[in-house]
Amino acid sequence: MSGLILAFAEQRNKAFRKPAFEVVSAAASLAKASGGEAAALLVGAGIEGLAADLGKYGVSKVVVLDHEDLDAFNGELYAKAVCQAVEKMGPSTVLFPGSSQGKEIAPRVAAALAVGIAGDCTEMAIEDGKVIARRPIFAGKIHAWVESRSDILVATLRPNVFSIKETGGEAAIEKLDFTPPAEPVKAVLKEVLQEAGDKIELTEADIIVSGGRGLKGPENYKMLEELASALKGATVGASRASVDAGWRPHSDQVGQTGKTVSPTLYIACGISGAIQHLAGMSSSKYIVAINKDADAPIFKIADYGVVGDLFEVVPAMIEEAKKLT
Amino acid sequence: MKIIVCVKHVPDTESKIKVAGDDCSYDPSGIEYILNPYDEYAVEEALKIKEAHDGEVTIILLGPETATKTIRTCLAMGADKAIHLVEDNPVRDAASVANILAATIKDLEFDIILVGKQSVDMDNGQVGLMVATELGLPAVSEIVSMECGDSAAAVKRNIEGGVEVYDVTFPALFTTQKGLNDPRYASLKGIMAAKKKPIDTKEFESVDSKVVIKKLDYPPARPPGKIVGEGPEAVSKLFELLKDEAKVL
Repeated sequence: MSGLILAFAEQRNKAFRKPAFEVVSAAASLAKASGGEAAALLVGAGIEGLAADLGKYGVSKVVVLDHEDLDAFNGELYAKAVCQAVEKMGPSTVLFPGSSQGKEIAPRVAAALAVGIAGDCTEMAIEDGKVIARRPIFAGKIHAWVESRSDILVATLRPNVFSIKETGGEAAIEKLDFTPPAEPVKAVLKEVLQEAGDKIELTEADIIVSGGRGLKGPENYKMLEELASALKGATVGASRASVDAGWRPHSDQVGQTGKTVSPTLYIACGISGAIQHLAGMSSSKYIVAINKDADAPIFKIADYGVVGDLFEVVPAMIEEAKKLT
Repeated sequence: MKIIVCVKHVPDTESKIKVAGDDCSYDPSGIEYILNPYDEYAVEEALKIKEAHDGEVTIILLGPETATKTIRTCLAMGADKAIHLVEDNPVRDAASVANILAATIKDLEFDIILVGKQSVDMDNGQVGLMVATELGLPAVSEIVSMECGDSAAAVKRNIEGGVEVYDVTFPALFTTQKGLNDPRYASLKGIMAAKKKPIDTKEFESVDSKVVIKKLDYPPARPPGKIVGEGPEAVSKLFELLKDEAKVL
């Protein structure tokens, strides 16, 4: 028996984001595989009403720490809340989404509890009664199966990799008190600047239309944006060349010094396929490459390639995509 | 103002990494090592703060003897001195790295600690915030901008669909993300000066890793793909395949 698997269900502005359901589903799967139990943990202010939604992902219990001091996100305070819950619940494993919020909390929890942590895990399993995790290292060139030598394993899960499974019914809801620290925290969230529009986050997108040096200039990304709007659940990414040239913001960069993405479909337009770019997208389920150079390395990794001028091919793709509805 | 920058000596991103015979480590032969790219942003930001606030920058590196080359790179960029915690353990886990760094740093005077958000070998992204927690410091990870005052800073980090803005009082720790700055190249003058800057090979107590590698393997090979055709004429066939074969559209 591998003990209680606890899933941190990330909420922002009192709503769940997709990675929360992935983590809760992953915890439920692990518990099922080990014959143990899974619970979800919800932290914030005025979020009690969200708890009932989590039962359907297969956890038997949702623990809620609801306190006004937890209204604005704060990595240090949220970590303290998680630690207080962990002390009361005694899990063997604590799972976090590898989202911006999860990454701000998880390491603090592991350090405060003096236990081990595995970041950016892409698979979890039970071996000899213990939870083990698979994580890519060296930009994904190698995968490491790791285990914890301490009582607890804290792990962050790569977004868009673990499937969301609705396997359960109702979960019992348990409220725990949060004891705020005696001293006020010294890193304070002053404001959140929202991006205009509703661009899908790259690390969570199902389809990514990505452009590289072959796009020749920022104005040509409009074409990729048009293709992305015609495909459901699609967003636009960029290679390092485009970002370094100032054509696209760094938050659009896919690659070793950008984001690691796991979409169902990655369409690489005018991207040659340098190792550092592949590091960011090689775990895409399907890869399409459009490049006028038949020898471009991207064709070695693509499932489907079109050799041609992207300025002719992409408009043809937009036409086909519009027919899809 | 005293700034500490924790850096790592890592394999160059072009390196082919081979799993060693024991399945739990990698074969270091033939690998070129460099300063971790994310740590470059940390060093650069430290130097900018040093220049604006009349500061001093100390580099701390936990790594093998051969890592002195990476320390000299940082000194050549403009850092003032360094502490080298000499150890050859390339698969040490994040928790124990953080324990060792925190134990070294706690005896030092500092206002700011800067660390790259992750190292490009282990790709964990945990050490920075773990050090901050162990030292009881306020911290923000993956900062993309920093306005540094004498006793506090305003920093920004990207979140999904937006940017968070934090006010942080010193002493504090930040992990650095691409976009924070444009790291400078070391000048010839800097390289010459670096040879005379002090590197203190300090003793430290080793700590066991809390997370260990059971087995290393290569990612599953992708099945071979196909060139569907040339030019815009191939697009309708492409979409047919995506719909009927891949079933993604």
